[in-house]
Amino acid sequence: MTGRVRGRTGADDVDLRRPSARVVRRVVRDPQAWVGGVVLLLVVVWALVGPWLRPWDTTYADVTAFGVPPSPEHWFGTNDIGQDLYQQVLVGLRKSLMIGLVAGPLATLVAAVVGAVAGLVGGWVDRLLLAGVDLMLVIPSLFLLILLSPVLTRGGWPTLAVGIALLSWMVVARVVRAQTRTLRERGFVRAARFSGASTWRVVRRHVWPNLASLLVIDATVAVGAAVLAEATLSYFGLGVQVPDVSLGTLLASGSPSVATRPWLFVFPAAVLVVTVTAVSLLGSALRDGLDPGGPDA
Amino acid sequence: MLRFLARRAVWSAALALVATCLGYLVASAALDPLARFRGRNPPVPDSTVQSVLDAAGTNPQTPILARLLAWLSGLAQGSLGTSVRGGEVGAEIATRVTTSVQLLLVGALLGVGIGVAVGVAGAVRQHRWFDRVTTQGSFVVLATPPFVVAVLLMLAATRFNDAVGRPVIRFTGPYTVGHEGWWAQTMDRASHLLLPTLALAIVLAASFSRYQRAMTLDVLSTDLVRGARARGHTRRSALLRHGVRVALIPMSTYAVYTVGMVLTGAMVIELTFSWHGMGEYLLTAVRDGDVNAAAGTVAFTAVLVLALGLVADLVHAWLDPRVRL
Repeated sequence: MTGRVRGRTGADDVDLRRPSARVVRRVVRDPQAWVGGVVLLLVVVWALVGPWLRPWDTTYADVTAFGVPPSPEHWFGTNDIGQDLYQQVLVGLRKSLMIGLVAGPLATLVAAVVGAVAGLVGGWVDRLLLAGVDLMLVIPSLFLLILLSPVLTRGGWPTLAVGIALLSWMVVARVVRAQTRTLRERGFVRAARFSGASTWRVVRRHVWPNLASLLVIDATVAVGAAVLAEATLSYFGLGVQVPDVSLGTLLASGSPSVATRPWLFVFPAAVLVVTVTAVSLLGSALRDGLDPGGPDA
Repeated sequence: MLRFLARRAVWSAALALVATCLGYLVASAALDPLARFRGRNPPVPDSTVQSVLDAAGTNPQTPILARLLAWLSGLAQGSLGTSVRGGEVGAEIATRVTTSVQLLLVGALLGVGIGVAVGVAGAVRQHRWFDRVTTQGSFVVLATPPFVVAVLLMLAATRFNDAVGRPVIRFTGPYTVGHEGWWAQTMDRASHLLLPTLALAIVLAASFSRYQRAMTLDVLSTDLVRGARARGHTRRSALLRHGVRVALIPMSTYAVYTVGMVLTGAMVIELTFSWHGMGEYLLTAVRDGDVNAAAGTVAFTAVLVLALGLVADLVHAWLDPRVRL
C-alpha cells in the first residue's frame, strides 16, 4: 500500500496517499493489533520450532505413561496409548494452520474475482453471478461440507481446504460487488474502460488495488473461519482423516474422556481458541484502522 | 409493499426449487448407495442390490436425470422417498424437527435478544468498560467452535454435579427414560434443555452483538438520534426509536445468511449433546450413503431458510418505510 501503487491508479487517488499512511499509523498504535499480531507470530513460530523443544517424537509412545496428566516429562500429558500430547498438538496445529492458510486466501480470491467481475460488468453477468451467490447461501455451507465430505476427504487435507474455500466466499463477494459498483463510476475506471482496457485488466489494475485493504482484512478473517470449519468437520469425523492429525481430530478424540482426562480436550481447545482469537483481533484492528469514522491517531 | 413481497416470494420459490434439485444432484454424486452392500459376508446377490436400489430410486445405473425426475415427481406428491433404514424420509424429518425446534427456538431467541441488547449497550457506551469487556469476550467466544463451548459446559456441569453429589444438570439427549408423572417429566426435560440452550445462546449472542454494535455505531454517527433529541425525545426514546430501529435494518439484508448461521450453530450443538435432531439425520445419511435422506434434509433446510428469509423481509418492511413504497 505504498504511495507509488496508489499514484498509478489515477488522478482520483492522489489524496489517498495520506489516508493510507494514517491507516498504518492507526493500526500500529492499536493495542489489538499488537496483541493479535504478537500472539499469532508466537503461535506460528511455536508451530515451526516447538517439536525441537521437547525430547518426544510424534510417533513415540511412552509405555510407562498411559493417559498421565500434565507433568515435567509430558507438558500437556499423554493420551491413552502413551503419545505425548504436546507433540500431537503441534502436529495438529500445523495441519490446521496449513488448511487455514490455503482456504482463507483462496476464499477471498474467489470472492474478489466474482464480486469485481459482477460489479464491473453489470447487466446479465451481474444478475447471473448474484443469483449464484444467493443460491449458494440458501443451504448453509456446513450442511454442504458434510454432504460433500465423502468426496472431500478422499483427496486428504488439500481437497478439504479447497472445499472449505469454495463454500465460504459468498458474503464477501457481495461486499466486493457493492464496492466495485461505486468504483465503476469513478473517473479512472471509466477512463480505463473507455480507452479499451479489458475487464480483467481493469479488475487487476484498478479495482483490486483500491479494494486491497478490504481484501487483506477478509483474507485474515477467512483464515480463522477456515480453521474453525476444519475443526468442526473433523470433530464429527468428516474432515481430516487418520493418519493425519489436526486440532479438530484431537478435539474429537479428547472429548469423550473430557470428564476424567480433561487435558486431552483442554489443551488442543486452548491452542485453537488462542490462535483464532489472535487472527480475529488482527483483522479487527485492521478494520478499525481503515474505518474513516474511527478515532484518529 | 405487496409487490415487493410478492417479488421476494416468487424469487424465493425459484431459489428453493433450484437449490432442492442441486441438493439432490450433489447428494447423488457425493454419496455411494452401494457402499453398505460391500464387504458383507455372505455377499449380497447382485439382483437383490439392484432391486433394493431400484425401489428406493437410488440405483446409479439409472441415468441421473431420470432419478432426479422420479424424485421430483414424488416430491410433487408430497413424498421425499424412503430411507435405507426403512421408513419415509418425510415422516422421519417431521419427528426430528420437533426435537430440533425445542432447542432452536428458546436458544435462538435468547441468543439474538441478548446479542442485540449487548451490541446496542456497547455502542452507546463505546470504549467504556462494558464495551471493552463484551467486545473482547465476543472475540474469544467467536474464536471458539460451538462444539467446544458445548463440551466445556458439559465439563462444568459434571464438576457441578460432583460437587452437589447428585446429577442436577443432565445433558445427554433430550430426556431420561423412566420419569413418572407430568411434573417430573417436565423438570427432567427442562434440565436436559439447560446446557444446549445456554450453548446456543452464548454462541449466537457473541456474533449478534458484534453486528449490532457495528450497525448501531453507524447510526449513532448520523444525525438521526440528535434530530430526535432536538425534537424533544428523551435520550432513551431517541436511541430506541431512531437508533436501534434503524440499526436493525441492515441486519435483515443478510437474513438468509443469518438464518443459515443460526441453523448451523444449532445443528452442531444438537449433535454434540447427542440429540436425535436434524443434524444427526444428515450425518447418519452421509455415513449410510442414504441419498434420499440427505437430499430430503437439504431440501427441507433450503425451504426453511428461504421461508425465514421471507419473514425477515416482512420485518424489514415494517422497520423501514422506504421498502413499502
